[in-house]
Amino acid sequence: MTVLIVILVYLSLLLGLGLMSGRMARGTSKDYFVASHSIGPFLLLMSVFGTTMTAFALVGSTGKAFERGIGVYGLMASISGLVHVICFFAIGIRLWSYGMKHGFVTQIQFFRSRFDSNAIGYVLFPILVGLVIPYLLIGVIGAGKTILPVTAGAFPDAFPHPNPLWTGGIPPWLSGLGICMIVLAYVFTGGSRGAAWANTFQTLVFMAMGIVAFSFIVNSLGGLRQASDIPMTVNDQGQLVQKYGIVNGEVEKLETPNVVGTIHGEVDPSLEGYQPHLGRRVLEMDYKTRKGTELVDATRELGVPPWMFLTYLFIPLSVGMFPHLFQHWLTARSAKAFRLTLIAHPLCIMIVWVPCVLIGVWATGLRPPGMPSAAVLSSMMAALVENQILTGLLTAGVLAAIMSSLDSQFLCLGTMFTNDIVLHRMGRDRFTDKQIIWIARFFIIGIVTITYLLSLWAADKNVFDLAVWCFSGFAMLTPLVFGALYWRRTTKVGAYASIIAGTAVWIVLFVKAGASEYTVGPGIMPVTFCVLASTVALIGVSLVTKAPSEETLAKFFRR
Amino acid sequence: MKNFLTGVAAAMLILHQDFWLWENTNLIFGFLPTGLVYHACFSIAVAILAVFAIKYAWPHDLERWASGEDVKSNMNENKYDIQ
Repeated sequence: MTVLIVILVYLSLLLGLGLMSGRMARGTSKDYFVASHSIGPFLLLMSVFGTTMTAFALVGSTGKAFERGIGVYGLMASISGLVHVICFFAIGIRLWSYGMKHGFVTQIQFFRSRFDSNAIGYVLFPILVGLVIPYLLIGVIGAGKTILPVTAGAFPDAFPHPNPLWTGGIPPWLSGLGICMIVLAYVFTGGSRGAAWANTFQTLVFMAMGIVAFSFIVNSLGGLRQASDIPMTVNDQGQLVQKYGIVNGEVEKLETPNVVGTIHGEVDPSLEGYQPHLGRRVLEMDYKTRKGTELVDATRELGVPPWMFLTYLFIPLSVGMFPHLFQHWLTARSAKAFRLTLIAHPLCIMIVWVPCVLIGVWATGLRPPGMPSAAVLSSMMAALVENQILTGLLTAGVLAAIMSSLDSQFLCLGTMFTNDIVLHRMGRDRFTDKQIIWIARFFIIGIVTITYLLSLWAADKNVFDLAVWCFSGFAMLTPLVFGALYWRRTTKVGAYASIIAGTAVWIVLFVKAGASEYTVGPGIMPVTFCVLASTVALIGVSLVTKAPSEETLAKFFRR
Repeated sequence: MKNFLTGVAAAMLILHQDFWLWENTNLIFGFLPTGLVYHACFSIAVAILAVFAIKYAWPHDLERWASGEDVKSNMNENKYDIQ
């Protein structure tokens, strides 16, 4: 119960901050959508980093490291640092100059102008909204999975659970609803200013709490050296064993190691003593997992296939087409405001991801291999941090990371709908400034409702895998923005061809994969084919169709 | 300098594929897996690359173009709804 009270106090504080910043708002639509271009370098860094690091970073990275080991850091974190910086530099600054020069606020305004086509906005809008929704979903699902284990036992009569360890915990449907309502409340009143302040507060909270959580978990594991001995190990019979166990909240070395699985295939003597999660060698693991009340056989891959590692580098390209980042680029006060983000973003990623990956790896020696990946982080906190107040604060940190992503996305979708669909179609003069804000608010309510309902349906999906699908979708659109910015010959028809080809490939592979982890052949990520299809279509079709007019080009390219 | 920094960024994309560390499970300082340390250092190297890019490859001309005298007239002419 104490954990729940701490979480509720944190959420109340956040709500108060969001509502207070709303009182500072000027009441104009410009202020509501882009905070009157007043966001400086620090708020920009916190906003960009906070929005990019969602449940995916904390809950997802820990869970994926629990499944595949340390390779997860290279898969997403280190390559994201490099690709994000390249995109901020190559796309962001150039877009800022067009936003400054021509007054664009949303990415659809930019594309409509660059390709001299209204229809491209109506094609892009549903695709962008459709891709943002999984991004929102992972936040809501992640919140539910985080709160359930740490509140277990609080209401045993009201919330029974098939897993006796989690009986009485706040169920995901209720925590998801609460999180959505709180974010909605401060976005509703504070607009982009409220979101920016809430983002900054939450990013600082989740980074600080991340460090505190890490130090407490390390302490409970008996220090860093003992922690590194904990991950699951292969024995002389090819079995995967846990040498340690948690007894009354204390980590103790077991007299007889606990067998939790076997390496698939014949016994390889060279594997004796190998800790698969500390490297990236690909092995198949057979184990038993609980399905309802029964134990069933399961198999999964450990390590990272080299082709998967290579082709993951396309996924961070998604940053080039995230609507909220695009909007930040177009509306920043000055290009110099990005400098701090360029330098600090890869370092912030490292500060958050290294501890999460280590916790996930250590958890393999203490938690059953069939544990849902999204529950690994909170399960480690619940088992190892005995102080209830601290557990509550740490959970608040995880929720902060999740909510700091939701607010910017909600707001951005509202801005796009209002500007790119309603005002573009019906004309700005038909509405007062207040009415414009209300249009955005109603659309945001609609999106929140859809997201919440989908989160109930997709409650058991892997947060990391869902995020990878979402990022793959945005990445397949990134060749379009590169072409639009750097290649004069990119045509309107080429742009349509690129969007259609990339989307078609994405849909086919997404349906085939059932929104789960999926690779082709030796481990090639689906994003590779999506980016390839959209790039080939963009170049091929642009070369054989009529070039843009000189008048259009003059707006975007200096001679 | 711009070309050199572009070359460094391209080289880093290649260096990211550390296939020589794939099966290495040795620990550095007794607790950090080698593969993780390599990629954490990679993140630090990216931040250093960003510092050099800002110092030597910053697009000042683009900034001047965007903030030029003609901004106001262009902003007034633009056909979009919110500025």
